[in-house]
Amino acid sequence: MKLRNKEKDVIALLRKAQRANKHNYITEYKLKLIAQEAGLSYSEVYGVATFYSLFSLKPRGEYVIRVCDSGPCHLMGSKSIFKVLEKELKIKVGETTADGKFTIEEVSCLGICNEAPAMMINEKVYDNLTPQKIREILRELRNKK
Amino acid sequence: MNTVDLTINGKLVQAEKGSTIMEVALANGIKIPHLCYKKGLSIAGSCRVCMVKIKDRPGMEAACTTEVVEGMKVITSDEEIDEARKLIVELILSEHKHDCLVCESNGQCELQNLAYELGIERIRFPVGKSVESTEDSSQVILKDSNKCILCGRCVRACAEITVQRVLNFADRGSGTFLISGLDQPLVDTDCVSCGACIQACPTGALTEKLARFQGRSWEFRKVQTTCPYCGVGCQIELNIRNNRIVKVYGVEEGPENKGYLCVKGRFGLDYVHHKDRLTTPLIKHNGKFEEASWDEALNLVATKFKELKDKYSSDALAGLSSAKCTNEENYLFQKFIRICFGTNNVDHCARLCHASTVAGLARAFGSGAMTNSIWDFEKADVILVTGSNTTENHPVIGSYFKHLAAYNGTKLIVVDPRAIELTEYAEIWLRQKSGTDVAWINGLMNVIINEGFYNKEFIRNRTENFDEFRKVVSKYTPGKVEKITGIPEEKLIAAARMYGKADRGSIVFAMGITQHTTGTDNVLSLANLAMLCGNVGREGTGVNPLRGQNNVQGACDLGALPNVFPGYQKVSEPQVRENFETTWGVRLPPKEGLTVVEIIDAASKGEIKGLYIMGENPMLSDPNLNHVREGLENLDFLVVQDIFLTETAELADVVLPGVSFAEKEGTFTNTCRRIQLLHKAIPPIGKSRDDWKIIMEIGKIMGYPMAYHSPREIMDEIASLTPIYGGVHFDRLGGQGLQWPCPSREHPGTPYLHKDKFTRGKGLFTPVDYIPPAELPDEEYPFLLSTGRVLYHFHTGSLSRRSKPLDSIAPEGFLEISPQDAEKLRIKNNDWVRVSSRRGKLKVKVKITHDVDKGVVFMTFHFVESAANLLTNDALDPVAKIPEYKVTAVKIERI
Repeated sequence: MKLRNKEKDVIALLRKAQRANKHNYITEYKLKLIAQEAGLSYSEVYGVATFYSLFSLKPRGEYVIRVCDSGPCHLMGSKSIFKVLEKELKIKVGETTADGKFTIEEVSCLGICNEAPAMMINEKVYDNLTPQKIREILRELRNKK
Repeated sequence: MNTVDLTINGKLVQAEKGSTIMEVALANGIKIPHLCYKKGLSIAGSCRVCMVKIKDRPGMEAACTTEVVEGMKVITSDEEIDEARKLIVELILSEHKHDCLVCESNGQCELQNLAYELGIERIRFPVGKSVESTEDSSQVILKDSNKCILCGRCVRACAEITVQRVLNFADRGSGTFLISGLDQPLVDTDCVSCGACIQACPTGALTEKLARFQGRSWEFRKVQTTCPYCGVGCQIELNIRNNRIVKVYGVEEGPENKGYLCVKGRFGLDYVHHKDRLTTPLIKHNGKFEEASWDEALNLVATKFKELKDKYSSDALAGLSSAKCTNEENYLFQKFIRICFGTNNVDHCARLCHASTVAGLARAFGSGAMTNSIWDFEKADVILVTGSNTTENHPVIGSYFKHLAAYNGTKLIVVDPRAIELTEYAEIWLRQKSGTDVAWINGLMNVIINEGFYNKEFIRNRTENFDEFRKVVSKYTPGKVEKITGIPEEKLIAAARMYGKADRGSIVFAMGITQHTTGTDNVLSLANLAMLCGNVGREGTGVNPLRGQNNVQGACDLGALPNVFPGYQKVSEPQVRENFETTWGVRLPPKEGLTVVEIIDAASKGEIKGLYIMGENPMLSDPNLNHVREGLENLDFLVVQDIFLTETAELADVVLPGVSFAEKEGTFTNTCRRIQLLHKAIPPIGKSRDDWKIIMEIGKIMGYPMAYHSPREIMDEIASLTPIYGGVHFDRLGGQGLQWPCPSREHPGTPYLHKDKFTRGKGLFTPVDYIPPAELPDEEYPFLLSTGRVLYHFHTGSLSRRSKPLDSIAPEGFLEISPQDAEKLRIKNNDWVRVSSRRGKLKVKVKITHDVDKGVVFMTFHFVESAANLLTNDALDPVAKIPEYKVTAVKIERI
């Protein structure tokens, strides 16, 4: 193993690897490749990858639904957002659907407080949510190819 | 002014500029409580226990991160500071359950000590639940996360000392935990089981797995001594209970190892207690060994040797001394052979490893030893490492090279046909064809001279014969060198510039240079290179052979050699001989004796009839083992003195049980000429006796009584006869030992040689031409076999294979072969193959790796089931008589 630290942007490499993966996670193989490329040991890359909550080392859904539960969103009814999602997808927060399509995650403030309650699905923001809206969004994503 | 004055708790202390409050306090015996700080590791500043108050600065600051300033006034403890510390420790204790009940560190735990000192009776926070169970995949390291305080000392030790970087933290906040690799079991990672993490751990989170339940911390008797494995000479602390070595720590003040050890020194010393230990003398009757009394055995030995001496001649006898035994024992052994046998046929295994070094450097510089010291490598700008797989064979030094490359900006140039670990840390790796060393070294010098950056002043003032030498070097142009060695021109030129232009360049080498029929030439070439650039006689420079055995340097120093007395004083010189004759009171033989391989040859020809071997195993270590067996079996009388019934001892007529390093007093001399003490830790096993006592007793029966009462006395006699050991006495060796030359009692010892003049006056340039190895691959034997070692075992394995942990990590040997060759031969990993040479054959498992080049294969000589030396060539270097272990032609067949 080349253990000469090449001062590479490890976080950027990890993000790239995660984005390129259909199931939004970083594989062990990719972790090792990044370690080699950056001149770091496996444990050093592992430490960085597990430090940030936005990285996952386990497969998640193709669509990762992040629901904000900070102050404003909570007051504006994020609890019912969770209820709807859990009912529609038949999974709990933190889990992934059996068909590998969706994961529900609870996150901190997304910074869209004036349009609360809000959620993100992968890179896209959805705000001013209602149960109806959520069901439509899910239908759209389910039908997408 | 490089110092700063400050007061700590009202006490005036002086500090070096740039040091921290913590460093100054510790240096002045002032204790500041701390958890994440450890001397020798980088500073974390994370635990916040070492907070101190500094006058005119608000709040508190961490002593470990705060630099001292002139006039600073520091208070290390008051009510407020102690309350803060208590809070921190209570928070730590509340993370999860810390249960001391059966913890191995109970009684020597820094967390426990701190909690007690602070008087913490209750933890005011709710205590978290226990975390996951212990991790015990490693053969030697046991991890219990319930004891971990996340101080990070193990992470830093693994990253900075051994530079393996296996340990780290995962997750964050209160979820943080210690991982290895990709959160894998430790045994599946790159962990080399050095145990630096265990020693760095302040609590019982990381402990010795095999010492579990073997003793409470206060039940151990601790004895400091010197490690018996390799030539680094680490200082170790044996922890003994019921006269058994239970665990081993590195001594923090050890001059070479500074508290660090390798897997062998830390976990491989249990061989001392192996059931195979010889406990009584053995005499062979009708092909079978029978136990005998000491009187019987010693009388038989003395009588038979005397008989053979009278019947044939003194020169029909010979002795092989032990590079593992002490200086005092080696001195007595050569004295015995010279007086009682009456011959100079005494030699030892240095012949097989660094004889070419001694011959080469003695010729070039006047002294055959490592010129500098291990710890002055940090002063070098460039280190050229060739023929040394340092991380496996001198692990503490190898780790140090990695550390210097990774953290100190030191540039490594590695020249080796194999992709050894050090190549990953090298600025430049030159991959030469085996045995072409004179060519590439001449090539480097050719570039340095042509481009004009050779040290003209040094050459003019301090050397001779430059012009003759220069003529020969001019032939070795980079183009010509590429044809011979396979090293690309641009790489050779880059390496030449890097070494040649360095302010301080150091050369380090070992078997890859010495074990050739041109070994002496190779060493002479390295000496030429060093002198060319003025890299001798200053710190951070020099020509540095890494000696293998724990006391091979001592065995040479004390004259267990056929051509010199103790101190390298020539046997053939009448004045020298007279001096020894006067002190010893006998006439001494004037003719130089035979060397190791020559002795075996002579035995097979019937010219040597009787052989006395102490602590050596030629049946695995010498080249061409079939010939060795022939020779030994042809002897009239063979006596082997050892601690185990080795492959050689099995052929003996009489076996005498000696003692291990842990059972005797004495000294070892390490590779940088440092003489260090042993301290007896346990009584001799069974009826075994100190080797020096055995030699004395045989000598007495043979008519030369020696009356030493202790090794201390023997060393006093050595000092009186050996100028380089002139000032060496046991009462001076306590602290950091002494590095020879140390000619008198007042002399402080010598860290580096040839300071203002070479030992011979001026350094001698020797013109050297490239000569190919004796036996290169051809159609019948198309592969080039090179032999060597691995980290987990030592030489013929008589000690290391009898260590449970070492044996479990590395139970068998392999033939390393390249993927291309494996494909051609249609073999997979772990397949069996037959390897044959012109001298013998063996069966061995295969390991496919990119480390070896196409056409080259590699094996260790540790395993008797696949004894590599059955294949090797006993062709010798004409001057040093060292065999060519590194180049043998073999063929490989699938079985």
